[in-house]
Amino acid sequence: MSQTTVRCQGIYKTFGSFPVVEDVSLQVKAGRILALLGPSGCGKTTTLRLIAGFEQLDSGLIEIDGQIVAGNGRHIPPEKRRAGMVFQDYALFPHLSVADNVGFGLNSNKNREQRIEELLTLVGLPGKGQRMPYELSGGQQQRVALARALAPRPAVLLLDEPFSNLDASLRLEVREEIKILLQQSGTTAVFVTHDQEEALFLGDEVAVMHNGCLEQIGAAEVVFHQPRTRFVAEFVGQADFIPGTICDAGVETPLGLLPKHVSLPDGTIVDVAVRADDVQLIPDAEGRSHVISRQFLGIAYMVKVNLPGDYPVHSWQSHQTEIDAGAAVQATIRPGHTLTCFYQGKAV
Amino acid sequence: MEISSRQAIIRPRFLRKRFPRASTRRRPQSRLLYWLFLAACGTVVALILTVPLYLIMRMVGSGREAAQLLVKASTLQILNNTILLAAAVTAAAILIALPVAWLTTRTDLPGRRIWTILSALPLVLPSYVAAYLFATILAPKGMVQQFLEPLTGLERMPSLVGFPGAFMVLTFITYPYILLTTRAALQRMDPAMVEAARSLGSSPWQAFRRVTFPALRPAIIAGSILVTLYVLRDFGAVTMWQYSTFTRVIYNRYLSYRLDTAAALAFTVVVVTVIILFIEFQARGSMRYDRLSSGAVRPQRKVALGHWKWPALFFLGVLITVTLILPLTGLSVWLWRGLSQDSSILFSSVENSSFELFIQITAAAWNSLSVSLIAAILLAFIALPISILVVRYPSRLTHLFERVTHLSYALPGLVVALALVFFGIQYTQSLYQSTPMLLAAYLVLFIPQAVGSQRVAMMQISPRLEEAGRSLGKRPWTVFRRITFPLMRPGILAGAALVFLTCMKELPATLILSPMGFSTLATQIWANINEAFFARAALPTLLLLLLSSLPLAVLTLREK
Repeated sequence: MSQTTVRCQGIYKTFGSFPVVEDVSLQVKAGRILALLGPSGCGKTTTLRLIAGFEQLDSGLIEIDGQIVAGNGRHIPPEKRRAGMVFQDYALFPHLSVADNVGFGLNSNKNREQRIEELLTLVGLPGKGQRMPYELSGGQQQRVALARALAPRPAVLLLDEPFSNLDASLRLEVREEIKILLQQSGTTAVFVTHDQEEALFLGDEVAVMHNGCLEQIGAAEVVFHQPRTRFVAEFVGQADFIPGTICDAGVETPLGLLPKHVSLPDGTIVDVAVRADDVQLIPDAEGRSHVISRQFLGIAYMVKVNLPGDYPVHSWQSHQTEIDAGAAVQATIRPGHTLTCFYQGKAV
Repeated sequence: MEISSRQAIIRPRFLRKRFPRASTRRRPQSRLLYWLFLAACGTVVALILTVPLYLIMRMVGSGREAAQLLVKASTLQILNNTILLAAAVTAAAILIALPVAWLTTRTDLPGRRIWTILSALPLVLPSYVAAYLFATILAPKGMVQQFLEPLTGLERMPSLVGFPGAFMVLTFITYPYILLTTRAALQRMDPAMVEAARSLGSSPWQAFRRVTFPALRPAIIAGSILVTLYVLRDFGAVTMWQYSTFTRVIYNRYLSYRLDTAAALAFTVVVVTVIILFIEFQARGSMRYDRLSSGAVRPQRKVALGHWKWPALFFLGVLITVTLILPLTGLSVWLWRGLSQDSSILFSSVENSSFELFIQITAAAWNSLSVSLIAAILLAFIALPISILVVRYPSRLTHLFERVTHLSYALPGLVVALALVFFGIQYTQSLYQSTPMLLAAYLVLFIPQAVGSQRVAMMQISPRLEEAGRSLGKRPWTVFRRITFPLMRPGILAGAALVFLTCMKELPATLILSPMGFSTLATQIWANINEAFFARAALPTLLLLLLSSLPLAVLTLREK
């Protein structure tokens, strides 16, 4: 049985008259990793800071390990919440050595030194305790920040854009290390990111936020394959949208007739989400679609096609394909796929 | 639908500016601490506001006389003199400082480091010391004349009494303010900006005029404000050279017990200063000329001077000779004369005057040191809550606090001292001319220096560091003790050193508010100069210069 470590229920937060978090409810089970995903300004960092206790709730309830830490007129200060935080800029104390940084949250007893070394070993920096933070590389600083947050054995680890200050090559490496580390130590974690790839990779569960509201929360695969809102499809799957008209036979779209799996009255117009891997292109001088551009992305080509009726969609193409910009093509949907339709922004 | 309703809520720009949103909601977690902070701030503000308020009360109390005085032709003449002096000194200081700043930062001039240090040194000369040294050196029958007579047959130097003398002395000792701010701006400037201008088709001169100079303008204005304030507040140089600006006239009225008219003039000088400050702040506006992008700044490329280095070296050589070597030579001559004079007295007469002088100077040095040290520590403690409050918990109240502490820039030491004297006589007899009174004056005068350097230090500490401490299970007080305070320490020390230095040199307030029989190095120098015991002023001057540069030396060494 797994118990709930963090529970937010209907939390609200406004800055002045500007709502930044509206009615967000989520749960994180012990030992699981939740990714809070969304564009900048969507309220995900504020949600994290509300859990940490750096911001005060307007209404709602936050529980950590079954204890109410905010809400019902209570505001437990951050130091009593057992929520370890890893900051975007790491916030290492510049005047303290690595060991003193890691040991900051520990009480001075005889196990202190031992615990510090244990953590430094865990994050792969054994024997670096006497270094000063500025002597370390960005990746090392990040691992010190992680060790420091883990040292007092927090109930939950909160990470604010943990990889955004690392350069691309390092990011992949550190990301994998941290995933293994968190899983092995059985740490419950909530992390904030604007990178959907990062969220899908690291999060057991993904919560997508938009304009202060929670759009969808669920297992990474579910959020990716069954987006509940148009925004989730666009942000997580980078989908294009084409209009579809419901008719007897199915859904009539610029890509052809699609099988109908929704029950809406005939003539209703819906948005159909199409991902780049769904679209197939066949060079055809008679084709009614035109290639707008072709970009080389290394592993494949990303071709942008204008469908009849002026609807641009993207399509992955292998290196063998030779379709140049301006060519006429025939665009179809790869069979065996059900595409999600959206009516007024919601999946149907 | 949902989206459109949200867009309506997005706050217009002007609202955001006037009511910064996150800030209004932040409060220190501990209520008690917050009120303690507010109390400290309130005390300082009340003390500062006492000065102008009291001057107004006094003026209103004296009624017609004060009003008549203010519109008299002689008052207008004083106003005219004051503004003329401030404008002339500021302009001259800019003219000297700009080429020096450029030569020492942007060219391959030989010995740039040494020129940099030497050109900043005149700052340590208090205005009364510089005035006294130049007055004795350049007097019609002074040292320079004596030196030149056998060479050129010059019998009398032209008299510099009045405007020329005050102008010269003040320019020499204030140009380093503009030099320092401009140098810093030149060093910070991204060479890519000039390169961008060049690549867009500007000639080197056009690039200077259209890119470099505008980028320097805020620094020049910031330095100019310091110079203008210095001149408006100055008491020593104008009194010494008998040039009637507000401070000199106010002091004379005070000496002849015409306190009501002194208060009226003091109030006028405060108003004038506020107006001038306001104009200069307007000129600076909210210009922002930093680099906008991130990334490391490439080092500046130095301009090769070629043959131009000889005129440049000549210029700097003359400048240093006149502003630094000349007064220091004068000081050495007086020192030597004083010592030989006193020892001749010692050996020829029964009166042990040299020993007495030694005792006097030691006592004065001790007084200077102890009062300045107490002031430095006291102001550091009082400034601490203000700077934390202003940086971490900005609200309309704290902004108001900050504004009021800026007012203290506009209060000349003489005016503050007078207001406190009036106040002391009327309400707190026991405190009149006591050490607490003197410390109160120092507090009003120098609190912005302490707050300023602490504020800068505080602003460099990311609030994330404190949050990290909290999330690691430490209480606010522990976080302050173990993180915030250690990180602020250099700023606190620098501020305290600055306060110490300015208190050591401060003259008018010390002169007026010191307890009876309590003499400091500054008042002793002044007393000796006034009675034309120039030789006797030399030793305390030397001590003052040495002791007041001590904290600076310590700080400079620590930095490296």
